[in-house]
Amino acid sequence: MSGEPLLRLHGVSLTRGRRTLLDGVDLDLAGGEIVTLIGPNGAGKSTLVKVALGLLAPDRGTVWRRPGVRIGYVPQRLVVAETLPLSVERFVTLGTPAPRAAVRAALAETGAAHVLRNPLHSVSGGELQRVMLARALLRRPALLVLDEPVQAVDVAGQYALYELIGAIRDRRGCGILLVSHDLHLVMAATDRVVCLNHHVCCAGHPDDVSRDPAYRALFGLEGVRHLAVYHHHHDHRHDLHGEVLHEDAEHDHAR
Amino acid sequence: MLDDFIWRALLGGLGVALAAGPLGAFVVWRRMAYFGDTLAHSGLLGVAVGVLAGVDEGLGVLAVCLATALLLVLLERSRRLATDTLLGILAHSALSLGLVGLALLETVRVDLSSYLFGDILAVGMRDLAWIWGGGLAALALLAAIWRPLLAATVHEELARVEGVPVFAVRLAFMLLIALVVAVAMKVVGVLLITSLLIIPAATARHFARSPERMAVLGSGFGALAVGGGLAASLHLDTPAGPSIVVCAALLFALAFAVPTRAR
Repeated sequence: MSGEPLLRLHGVSLTRGRRTLLDGVDLDLAGGEIVTLIGPNGAGKSTLVKVALGLLAPDRGTVWRRPGVRIGYVPQRLVVAETLPLSVERFVTLGTPAPRAAVRAALAETGAAHVLRNPLHSVSGGELQRVMLARALLRRPALLVLDEPVQAVDVAGQYALYELIGAIRDRRGCGILLVSHDLHLVMAATDRVVCLNHHVCCAGHPDDVSRDPAYRALFGLEGVRHLAVYHHHHDHRHDLHGEVLHEDAEHDHAR
Repeated sequence: MLDDFIWRALLGGLGVALAAGPLGAFVVWRRMAYFGDTLAHSGLLGVAVGVLAGVDEGLGVLAVCLATALLLVLLERSRRLATDTLLGILAHSALSLGLVGLALLETVRVDLSSYLFGDILAVGMRDLAWIWGGGLAALALLAAIWRPLLAATVHEELARVEGVPVFAVRLAFMLLIALVVAVAMKVVGVLLITSLLIIPAATARHFARSPERMAVLGSGFGALAVGGGLAASLHLDTPAGPSIVVCAALLFALAFAVPTRAR
């Protein structure tokens, strides 16, 4: 399935009242590819994801999904009423009925097998993300859509999650659409970045995007400094792995 | 020996409790207590409509409740007003419209308090058929949409992506509540119906570790409340409908005294 087009959005526009949420957005995604949507809060990232998923219809533009494509979706927030008693296992199989062995395997793949029988309310933020990811994987998706999957997860956990997402792509060859508000976090894990602020500001390889004036204008000086700070972690992490990554990019930003 | 009317009352109450348990669980999970109230209040308007149209009042209640549920689903879709504001407007205008309508129908003498608080001791064979027929139909329908409804309750958009026809399922659920409200009106009256949906389900939450368990336990606690309330009503000569609700509330309070590791 690798390389096969899965998703194609062309000239997608959406307005709500007087607010333009999306303005002529193009987005393509193929199997085996990780595309990351970045942009500041309120830039329309989640809206674009909902259009891509078919949850929202655009006012203008076209949305094409490969016919019959199985989609695994991890929404930005999951708030289950405290009154609803639900085990993790039950939650994972709500979308796709599956035997316990399959559920256990999916949870093991995302590193959350230990919470299989726990109440959903008792798991931590990071565990919940892994549980939701397992539910998406249980569908054996050709396209995985993850809306801010590292929210409520500490920095070390964020890197671990992105590493996991990269590993899932390598193992399963599915296409992944990722939403993040931080470029530096996803740099290593992503093939292509689309920088969104209602319209597409810039798009391309993460290194190129991080150097793009449009990106810098969008995130401002603070964002770039922020980037340098986090890069420190990045270097540290990759030193452990024996890799040197993005060193020139860091110089670029520190300048 | 107990009189026939008491057996009929008990049977009628149990029928309502049985259907109210699982539906009430969803009302609790979906935070729709106010929605249930609105439907129940519109039931009084249904009585007036039934009398006016010269049809069975149960039919009038059912028709108006179903129409109100449909109206709510459509209004909610347009998102012009916050849902609780909308419900507040509809609930009280329907209740008042019903009261005004009944007052205008001078030719008919109606016992208002029996509609407001129920008249379970006057349940007849016809009512029993109505309650058990409607209640069992509601349970069968609920069982049919159980899985997709649960998925949509946990996360609507996730359910949609996974192929659940969320709008149809929600519509079906709202119509089911309308059906149960119409069925339960004779037993507890329009002002107390929601309590029979919510209190037993909330009590059951204390002991349940799965959604299904909570639904079944809800029916059980509802049945206990009906039995206890009726008995209290006979011994203390108190109104039956409110006694049932008081009994349900006592069970809810008692549940917290029972140690549990269900959380």
